[in-house]
Formats: sequence, structure tokens, C-alpha cells
Amino acid sequence: MSKLGEIISRNEERIRADWINDMGKSIQRADLISKVELEEQTRSLLSAIAKGASSDQSDDITGPQWNAARELLQDISSSRARQGFTPSETATFVLSLKQPLFMVIRQELSKNQEEMFAVVWTATQLLDKLALLTTESYTATREELISRQQQELLELSTPVVKLWDGILALPIIGTLDSARTQVVMEELLQTVVATNSKFAIIDITGVPTVDTLVAQHLLKTITAARLMGAECIISGVRPQIAQTIVHLGINLEDVITKAKLSDAFALALHRSGRGVVRLAPGAAQGSGGSSTRRDD
Amino acid sequence: MERIPILRMGPFLLITIQVDMHDKLAMQLQDDVTERISDWGSSGVLIDISSLEIVDSFIGRMLANIAAMSRVLGAETVVVGMQPAVAITLVELGMSLPGVRTALNVESGMELLNASFGRSQIGTMHDSSEA
Repeated sequence: MSKLGEIISRNEERIRADWINDMGKSIQRADLISKVELEEQTRSLLSAIAKGASSDQSDDITGPQWNAARELLQDISSSRARQGFTPSETATFVLSLKQPLFMVIRQELSKNQEEMFAVVWTATQLLDKLALLTTESYTATREELISRQQQELLELSTPVVKLWDGILALPIIGTLDSARTQVVMEELLQTVVATNSKFAIIDITGVPTVDTLVAQHLLKTITAARLMGAECIISGVRPQIAQTIVHLGINLEDVITKAKLSDAFALALHRSGRGVVRLAPGAAQGSGGSSTRRDD
Repeated sequence: MERIPILRMGPFLLITIQVDMHDKLAMQLQDDVTERISDWGSSGVLIDISSLEIVDSFIGRMLANIAAMSRVLGAETVVVGMQPAVAITLVELGMSLPGVRTALNVESGMELLNASFGRSQIGTMHDSSEA
């Protein structure tokens, strides 16, 4: 079995040159990766493969002999995923090793057809496995990226803002699913405690649709806030959403709802014993800046 | 036996739960509260659970029960200082404690009780926040 490893070690430089050459035709992306970096990657990967292939279990790439090659390949493919290579470009990186390797095997074993076939078969199996591994780690990196962005989106999209002493506003943008509800709820409750707020206005202007599930999530948040002693007001109910809520038979009777954020804010101010008054004309001008104040 | 102290503040009862509630303690508290309300003729019960970090459905039901029992005896219950995690847990357990009034802290809870009984001599600090 170690025949393959032997052949690779003996012809390493030649295989590598052919490999890079081969890659050049199909997938060398000079815009994404430098020549030097590519050389370095191919060199270390090829020697790791040679080491793995010359071991006893050369066909089992999950074995400890292949650790170095596996780690290297995972590193390469995840860095490629981040650099913006396509999946096929990443897989071709490994697969384009096939031709140069087979050429070398053919030259080395041209006298013994049987052995050549056996070694070629081992090599092709091996490279296929390595290519699969590459694709797998490429996907894993991508998924990790997506879930991290999702998390960031979650945190970005739930700001709790303080409108006044004891009055918070929570503008929700986008659909409320259970994961987001959890984040929204925690964020709101933490802020209620931190700012000692008695009122929280949940503005759903940015929520595209309200179905029974979204309503249930809203009610959960409101109930949790009520348990802590804060009162919630829902605002930003658009006419279509009001119709949908009634058609779906969602019971929002225990919740105060308002059409606009300003209405809800006015109500919260009123409930906390405050109000907004129009200033006298003279007083309003006084705030316009010192240059305009001449008569006082 | 371990007990949760019940303090008397004028017409109200003040209960601060500072230990992890177990079932026996909860039952004892129910007994004690009803006993005190009828003894002292209290008109309000304030339960401070700001130190309570773990809650289960039994404790949730106990709170609802105390509120219901007090109402039967003519006293109103306010639960104050619930932690966010506790509130979320109760909601996830499906317990919204419909008959219980809530407040953010003892101070606003006292205001609430005072307001609903038209008294203002209890809770000397209640004017500072409204100024």
C-alpha cells in the first residue's frame, strides 16, 4: 500500500509543478490568492499527503496518520470559503491533483499493469475522499459564517431605546420568530430593570405580517413585562394588520394597542402623570439661539 | 422550622422572599399569610421576590394562590421585583398570574397599594419619584 506514498515522495516537486500548472488552467484565481501563498499551500499539502499515503492505513483518511493532511486541508478550504472561492473552485483545488499524480504513477509503473491499476485506484479513492473533506469543511465554514451573521442581525435588530424617564420604546423590524422573541424579550426585560421603567412601547410598524404565531410571541413578551411590573403598549398597527388580527381571531383585548408610536407615547406620558404643552410664542423663539434674541 | 418572615406595615403586609423556595416553605407561607391577614385585618400584601432566582410551576401557582386567597380575605396582592429570567420562565411555563398585580420595586409597589386604598401616610419615599 505504501507504494503510492513512495511514488509521491520521490516525485514531489514534479507533481507539484504540474499541479499548479493544471490549476492555472482552470481555477487559479490571481485576484483572490497570491502565487506565493498557493505554492506554500500545495507544498505543505502534498508532503502531508505523501506522509499519509506512505503509512500503513493509507486508504483511511480518518486515521491518525492523516491528521496533518486533514487539518491542513480544512484550514485551506475554510480560508478559501472566507476569501470568496466557489465550492467547485475549492474542490477542484484537490481534484486537479489527480492528473499529475496519475501521470507520475503511469511512468513509474509502466511495466506492471496490475500494480499500476491498483495504485491508481488507491490514489483516486484517496483524492475523492480528500475532495469530499474539502467540500465539507468549506460548507461548515460557510454555515458558521451564516449563523454568526444571523446572530449579529438578531442583536442589531432589537434596540431598546429610552424615550423618557420610565418610558421605553422597542421598534421591531422584521418578522418575529421564536428565536428573535427570546432575544427581544430578554433585552426588553433587562432594560426595564436597568432603567426602572414602568412603560414599554412595542412598535410593530416594521413587522411585515402578524399571524397567530407572531401575536403569541408578542403576548408572551407583554406578559413577561407585566410580571415584572412594567406595562406594555403596542403601537404601529397598520390598517391591514388590524384587519388580519380580527380575521384570525387573535385576542388582544387585554393589551393596549395604538395606531401610532406618538399616540402610545402620549398615553404613556399621561399615565405617568406627565403631559406635553405648547410653549407661549415668545418662549419658543427664545430657544432659537442667542443671535436672534434681541428684545429680551 | 424555617419560615419566611411577614412584616406588618400599617394596613399592609410585607413579605420578602430571600431564600430559594421549596414546597414545604411555600405551603407554610400560604398558611402564615392568610392567618396574618385575618388577624391584623390587612388590606394589602406586598411580596418582594427580587432575590428569587429560581422559580418553578409550583412556586408560580403559590403566588397566584396567595393572591387569590388574599382577595377572598379582602386584601390586594402586589408582587414586586421579579427578575427577567423568572418572568420569562413563568411565561414559558404558561403562567401569566392573571390575578396578581405587579410592580418594578418595593417603592412603586407601595405606591400602588397606597393609591388603591387612597392612603398616603405609608411609604414616606413615594413622593420623591413623582416630583
